[in-house]
Amino acid sequence: MHIIETGNVAAALGVKLAGVQVVAAYPITPQTPLTEKLSELIEAGEMDARYVPVESEHSALAVCIGASSAGARSFTATSANGLLYMHEQVHWAAGARLPIVMCVANRAVGAPWNIWNDHQDSISQRDTGWIQIYSCDHQQIIDDTLKAFRLAETTSIPVMVCYDGYLLSHTYMPFEVPEQEKVEQFLPPFHPSYALDPSSPANLNTVTLPEIRTDVHGEMAHGYMEIRYLLQEDLRKAVQVVEEIDAAFQEIFGRGGAPLVEPYRCDDAEYVVVGMGSLTYQLWDVIETLRTEGHKIGVLGVRLYRPFPDAAVAAALRGARGVFVMEKALSYGYEGALCSDLKSALYDHIPDKSRAPFVKGLVAGIGGREIRTADLTDTLRSGLVGSIPEPGWIGIQL
Amino acid sequence: MSALIDEQRIESPPESDYKLPRINPHKTSEIVPWLRTPKTIWCPGCSNGTITRALIDAILGLELDAEKVVIVAGIGCSGRIAQYLEYSTVHAAHGRALAVATGVKVADPSLRVVVAMGDGDCSAIGGNHFIHAARRNIDLTALIFNNSIYGMTGGQMSPTTHTGDKSTTSVHGNVEAAFDLSELAHAAGATFVARGTAWAYRQLVSVIAGGIAHKGFAAVEAMAACPVYYGRFNLTADPAEFLKGQKEHAVPASKFEEGESRLHEQYPVGLLHHGERAEFVTSLARVREEAQEALRG
Ligand SMILES: Cc1ncc(C[n+]2csc(CCOP(=O)(O)OP(=O)(O)O)c2C)c(N)n1
Ligand code: SF4
Ligand SMILES: [Mg+2]
Repeated sequence: MHIIETGNVAAALGVKLAGVQVVAAYPITPQTPLTEKLSELIEAGEMDARYVPVESEHSALAVCIGASSAGARSFTATSANGLLYMHEQVHWAAGARLPIVMCVANRAVGAPWNIWNDHQDSISQRDTGWIQIYSCDHQQIIDDTLKAFRLAETTSIPVMVCYDGYLLSHTYMPFEVPEQEKVEQFLPPFHPSYALDPSSPANLNTVTLPEIRTDVHGEMAHGYMEIRYLLQEDLRKAVQVVEEIDAAFQEIFGRGGAPLVEPYRCDDAEYVVVGMGSLTYQLWDVIETLRTEGHKIGVLGVRLYRPFPDAAVAAALRGARGVFVMEKALSYGYEGALCSDLKSALYDHIPDKSRAPFVKGLVAGIGGREIRTADLTDTLRSGLVGSIPEPGWIGIQL
Repeated sequence: MSALIDEQRIESPPESDYKLPRINPHKTSEIVPWLRTPKTIWCPGCSNGTITRALIDAILGLELDAEKVVIVAGIGCSGRIAQYLEYSTVHAAHGRALAVATGVKVADPSLRVVVAMGDGDCSAIGGNHFIHAARRNIDLTALIFNNSIYGMTGGQMSPTTHTGDKSTTSVHGNVEAAFDLSELAHAAGATFVARGTAWAYRQLVSVIAGGIAHKGFAAVEAMAACPVYYGRFNLTADPAEFLKGQKEHAVPASKFEEGESRLHEQYPVGLLHHGERAEFVTSLARVREEAQEALRG
C-alpha cells in the first residue's frame, strides 16, 4: 500500500511492523513526532508494546538496554543533544552486544542552540561500535528500519538508522508500506542469544580484568580486550551481512540493491561527488546539469557508514580522477570524518598511488544552512577546474 | 518532611516575623528597558510573559545591582527568557541549568543567580541537579515555570503532569504520579520554598523577590498557563479561563491543612517553607579558612 506521510511516520510504521515490544524515548525536535506516533499506536492497541515516557535520553537508552537484556525487541529514537546525552549508554549497548535499534533524526548540536539539520550528532557517535545507516528518502527510512532489526539481531550489534531532520523527518513523500505478512516472512521473532532468565542465572557485563582468567566454572574466559576485538571483528563481518539482508529483503519486497553505497552515473565518471543522506539525491539533479554541460561526473551515496564499506567505496571510485566529499559534519581540527575514511579506503585499495584520484573535502548545510542546488552546481563546476574557493564551506558568509 | 540526614535546619515557625518582601509593581516604562526585544516565540495567552515580568519586577523591587544579576536558563519555552532579558544570561543545555549556575556562583559568589527552568527541565532531565542543589543549599534561586507539560516540544507529559492527564505521549491518560516540586525541593533540603501563580501577579513578584533575597537554595514554583497544550488537552484552551482556574485552585498556604497533599484542583500558594542552614559557598570558604588556620597552627 502506498501512502503519503512524513519521514517520522515512515520510521514509526517500520517500528510497528517490526513488532517492537518496548519503546523508551524522550522528546526532542525533530524526532518528537516519531515517538508521539508510537505512543499513539501503542495506546490505541495497534501495537502490542510498552511505551516508557522516560525522564531523559540517558534513561531512554538505559531502559532499552534493560529490556533488550530481558529479551524484548527494543527501540528508541532521538536527535542532536539527546543523542549526545545518551553517549555513555550508546557505548554500553554496543559493548553489551544488544540488538537495539535507534532512529536518529539528524540535527545540529549545541552550543549555540540550533534545531536544524546536519550530521554532527550521529557522526560524533561513529566510534561507539554501532552500525550506522543513512537513509536518503522515506522509502529507505521504513525499509532500513525493518532491515535494522534483522541486522541487529543477526549480528548482536545495535543499529542506528539516521535520516535528515526536517528535510526528511517532517516532509511528506509517498512510500510503500510493506505488508505485515511479508514482514513476518522477512523478520523472524526475536530470539535473544542470551536473555535474563531466572532458571539459568547469568551475570551480565561484570568487571573484566586486563588479562584473561578463568570464569566461575573454572574455564578460561575472554578478557576485555578479547570481547572488544570480537565486536570489531563482527562489525567488519557485518558489511557482508548487510548485503545478505538486503538481498533477502529485495527478494520479498522487490526493493533494494545498493545497501552499502549507491552509485549514480559513476560508470564512466571522471569525477565523483560523495555524500550521505538526502543530500545524495539532491546531488543527482546537480550532476544532470553538469552532464548536459559535458562533464563526466557522478554521485556516490554512502548508505552504510559504520562498518565502513571501504572496499565498495574504493571500487566505486576506481578510475575517477577527482572525488569531492560533501559533508554536513566535521571532525573539528581536521576535516570531515567521511573524507578521512574515504581517503584511507583509497590508500588501502588502490596500491598504485599515481592512479588514485585527488580528494577534496567540502562542508555544507551546517546547522541547517540552506544548500542551494545552484550553489552546489557552481561549486562543483569550479571544482572541475581545480578552483573551489577556500575554505570549501558552501554558502558560508564571513 | 525533610529527606536530609544530619541537617542543621532551623525552620522558622509560621508565626515568625519573617515576611515576604512587598513590592509595588513597576510601570511598563520601567520594565521595558530590561527586555531586549518586544518579540517572543511564546503563544498568545501563554503566561511566560507574566512570569518574566514578575521576575523583572522583583529584581527592580529589591534594587539589585543589575551588573550583579545573572540569569541561567534551561531549555524549553520558559528557557527562552535567556534571549529576552537585558541582564547577563546563559542558555544552558536542557536540564543543566542548575549545574551551570552552580559553576557561576562558586566562580563569583557576589553574583545574584536566578535559574529559570521549565518543569521538565527542572525535574525530568535535570531532576538530579535539582535535588542536589537543594541538598547543598547553594545560594541560587530556582524559578520554575510549571505548566505541567513539555511545552516547547509540543505537549508531551512531564513529571508534573497529573495522573489521568492527557498529553501527546499519554493520549488516553497519564498513568504516572506527578511531583509536587515545592515539596520535592523542601524534602531535598531547600531552605526557601514558595509558590505563586500567573493569576496572582503581586504574590508572584513577592515570592520571586523572597527567593532572590534568601541566602541559600530557594525554589520558587510559578504555576504557569500553557493554554495551547496543557490547557487544550486538559482544562481549557482559553487563556482567561485557565487563569480563572488558577484563582480557584490556589489556596493561601496558611489555610492549607497540615499534611494535606497538593492536588490538581487545590494547592497551597505563598511561602511554604522557610529555614536556615549553612549555605554551600559560605561553608566552603569557612572550611578553607579553618584549614588554613589549623595549618598555620
Ligand atoms: C538533551 C535534550 N533532550 C531533549 C531536548 C528537547 N527539549 C527541548 S525543551 C524540552 C522540554 C521542555 O519542557 P519544560 O522544561 O517543561 O519547558 P516548557 O517548554 O514547558 O517551558 C525538551 C524535551 C533538548 N533540547 N535537549
Ligand atoms: S507551548 Fe505553551 S508554554 Fe510554550 S509558549 Fe505556547 S502556551 Fe506557552
Ligand atoms: Mg513545562
